[in-house]
Amino acid sequence: MHIDYSQEAPAVAGRLTLSQIEELVARPLDTKPDRKYFIALSISGSLLLLGAICLGISFYYGIGLWGNNQPVGWAVPIVNFVFWVGIGHAGTLISAILFLLRQKWRTGIARFAEAMTIFAVICAGIFPVIHTGRPWLAGYLLPYPNQHSLWVNFTSPLLWDVFAVSTYFTVSLVFWYIGLIPDFATLRDRTTSKVKKTIYSIFSLGWRHSSRHWQHYEKAYMLLAGFATPLVLSVHTIVSFDFAVSILPGWHTTIFPPYFVAGAIFSGFAMVVTVLVFVRKIFNLENIITLDHLEKMNKVILATGMMVGYAYGMEFFIAWYSGVQAEQFVFINRAFGPYAWAYWIMVSCNVIFPQLFWFRKFRRSIPVMFVIVILVNVGMWFERFVITVTSLHRDFLPSSWGYYKPTFFDMGILLGSFGLFFTLVILFTKSLPVVSISEVKAVADGAQPTHRGGHHE
Amino acid sequence: MNKNLYGFAALFKTPDEIIEAAKKTAEAGYQKYDIHSPYPVHGIDRAMKLKASKLGFITLVFGLTGSAIALLLMYWTMSVDYPMIIGGKPFFALPAFVPITFELTVLLATLATVIGMITFFFRFPENDHPLHDTEYMKKVSCDHYGLVIEAKDKLFNETKVRELLNSLRPLSIEEIYYPEKETYPVLETKFVTFLILIALLTSGVTYFALNKLLYMQPFTWMMDQPKLNPQKQSTLFADGYGMRAPVKGTVARGFLPYPFTGQNAPTDVLLNPYLPTKENLQLGEQKYLTFCSPCHGNFGDGDSRLRGQFPNPPSLHSTRAREFSDGMIYHIITNGQNVMPSYASQITREERWAIVNYIRVLQRAKNAKSSDLQVVNKETGTNASN
Repeated sequence: MHIDYSQEAPAVAGRLTLSQIEELVARPLDTKPDRKYFIALSISGSLLLLGAICLGISFYYGIGLWGNNQPVGWAVPIVNFVFWVGIGHAGTLISAILFLLRQKWRTGIARFAEAMTIFAVICAGIFPVIHTGRPWLAGYLLPYPNQHSLWVNFTSPLLWDVFAVSTYFTVSLVFWYIGLIPDFATLRDRTTSKVKKTIYSIFSLGWRHSSRHWQHYEKAYMLLAGFATPLVLSVHTIVSFDFAVSILPGWHTTIFPPYFVAGAIFSGFAMVVTVLVFVRKIFNLENIITLDHLEKMNKVILATGMMVGYAYGMEFFIAWYSGVQAEQFVFINRAFGPYAWAYWIMVSCNVIFPQLFWFRKFRRSIPVMFVIVILVNVGMWFERFVITVTSLHRDFLPSSWGYYKPTFFDMGILLGSFGLFFTLVILFTKSLPVVSISEVKAVADGAQPTHRGGHHE
Repeated sequence: MNKNLYGFAALFKTPDEIIEAAKKTAEAGYQKYDIHSPYPVHGIDRAMKLKASKLGFITLVFGLTGSAIALLLMYWTMSVDYPMIIGGKPFFALPAFVPITFELTVLLATLATVIGMITFFFRFPENDHPLHDTEYMKKVSCDHYGLVIEAKDKLFNETKVRELLNSLRPLSIEEIYYPEKETYPVLETKFVTFLILIALLTSGVTYFALNKLLYMQPFTWMMDQPKLNPQKQSTLFADGYGMRAPVKGTVARGFLPYPFTGQNAPTDVLLNPYLPTKENLQLGEQKYLTFCSPCHGNFGDGDSRLRGQFPNPPSLHSTRAREFSDGMIYHIITNGQNVMPSYASQITREERWAIVNYIRVLQRAKNAKSSDLQVVNKETGTNASN
């Protein structure tokens, strides 16, 4: 197989016309879901139900049902939180950073990745709240003049997190919706069903593809991308502050912010690839989400995987170089202590296996990339597990050392979060255009003026 | 013609044609015209001679507002309203305030940009625009490019506009009219019923959540706990009481036996060990107001809200009360008398003596002599007389 890398591959393959693109993307919305769809939905729905039951029991009897106990007070709920927030980062990266970098190939995957961001942040948001044990009191996390005359502690990273994650969710949702407005208008004008037309009209707000509007729209999109870019970097930076601002060996590390952001993009891209390989096949979107796009994403996975690997090494180097005994003990214990199995799962999944992406053949092979991205998903979950649990389980007093084991309920809730995520993804594929119709049309062949041979202004 | 003309709409097939059409229309001097395309066409704003979007000003103003709100809120709460030292940081810890300032800046700027664009720049929602549901709109929504010249334009002249459009060689020209009759879908029965249903549902759910759900397990603020509360029944003990009495013969710390317990009028009572100093009298006043005044009144006249009951709370200014020794008043407080219960458990020994001293002050004040006035005049430098 020969590929000419000196020429940029077209963003839309197969020389599709504008109406063909629209037809392809809108078809899942016009057809009735088939049997496979319901099978997939019932599987994810069952997982969601399992998680909901485990949560309900946990609330009723208390969070003593979980494995968290001294000395490991932060465990799987926090691991899950960081994992899901990380997954979310790919969407904003694709929709905002690649937009600012003028990467045309982002158009085919941006909508889906943004949707996954929103769903992943929903999953993430559950965990810190349930970790408090009484989530119905979460209102106290917000600064409002209450009858106790108490304010929240604005100097605490945990509060920064409240602001970062809620801002991130809001901005992602707004960004997503702004992108959907022209598509809602297109769907409104092509549908024949009266109910659908009413719904699309409401959400399109009466958009009429006016160039006077497009001008402000593009400006707004640019501004939002400009804000979302530092925002996405800030969110995982602040998540890493939850650990790094403490003074615990293993957590108190200045490399955490860039390391967490790289890891977030790494895991997010892996999750996007995991889902897209199915979506492009099931919905016949191979010409819009092309193999070239997947290859580019695999390159990002390779690059961020190496950054994460560098961070793993640098943590050990700094532990040795600092000369702090406690710090050195934590890292030796991490790699060779009771949780060595978790550590080496993390290293092999995140650093070793992605090296296969150096080879073009593997980057462009669907089965190989699917296996690798699944391993990356597993590895990134274990990375957060290793950081959280191994730094805590052997604290400063050997008599209080312990070995943390998640319980059935911990794992049930984790599976439930996957159920929630995939249920939302599956519902999304049938209710909204999974690819931005207007953006893909704009990068299709012949969609932009030739300026009659004149130079491009 | 009873129909109201909105404008002429021409359709084109390629982006090059629409750029050309936009240029020609702008050159002809039309103001109220618009180009419609399924996606933003590069260079169209230049061809239409549009001014740059001013949307960024909204972003700037609201972004700065977000920063200011965040900083002022954190300054006021952490430095003014409830200053507290946390982690050795100063009350105004600017580095620690950076993350939230940034987040609020982004949040406000984004929301303001989007809401401002939709409402102020677009005047949306606008689902009753005459272009909606036209053949023209269906085409530009999919894969055509359109030009509309509005009848409202100052230069609008049917023949001239037709000439201009024809010279651009469009696929088709359509006349767009305002709807003949204005409709108000908001007033339709279906929509009103929908609103009423939503209102009922919302209030029902809110009522249930606030009045029922919050009092159910496990949302009860941990009110129900498997532990023994005072005043609560317990199956653990044979007598069924949750509250336990100390073992018989237990002596509390600091306990001193009082030899006259249960005697009505002991002939021989304790002597007052406390001098009526200023501090002692202040303590006495405070305790008197807390424990004695509810029955005996603020000044010992027996004029509290219990007056009129049987037996009336007695005045402390009767001859009998004035002639009590200090020890006798102390005994009554400690032991109780008639319907007055013992206050030994609520008021400490020192406080009881302080109350006795204070009662003496009240009694003296109610029965002042003219010689007392001279003392007061001398001490305060005033010249009051009767």
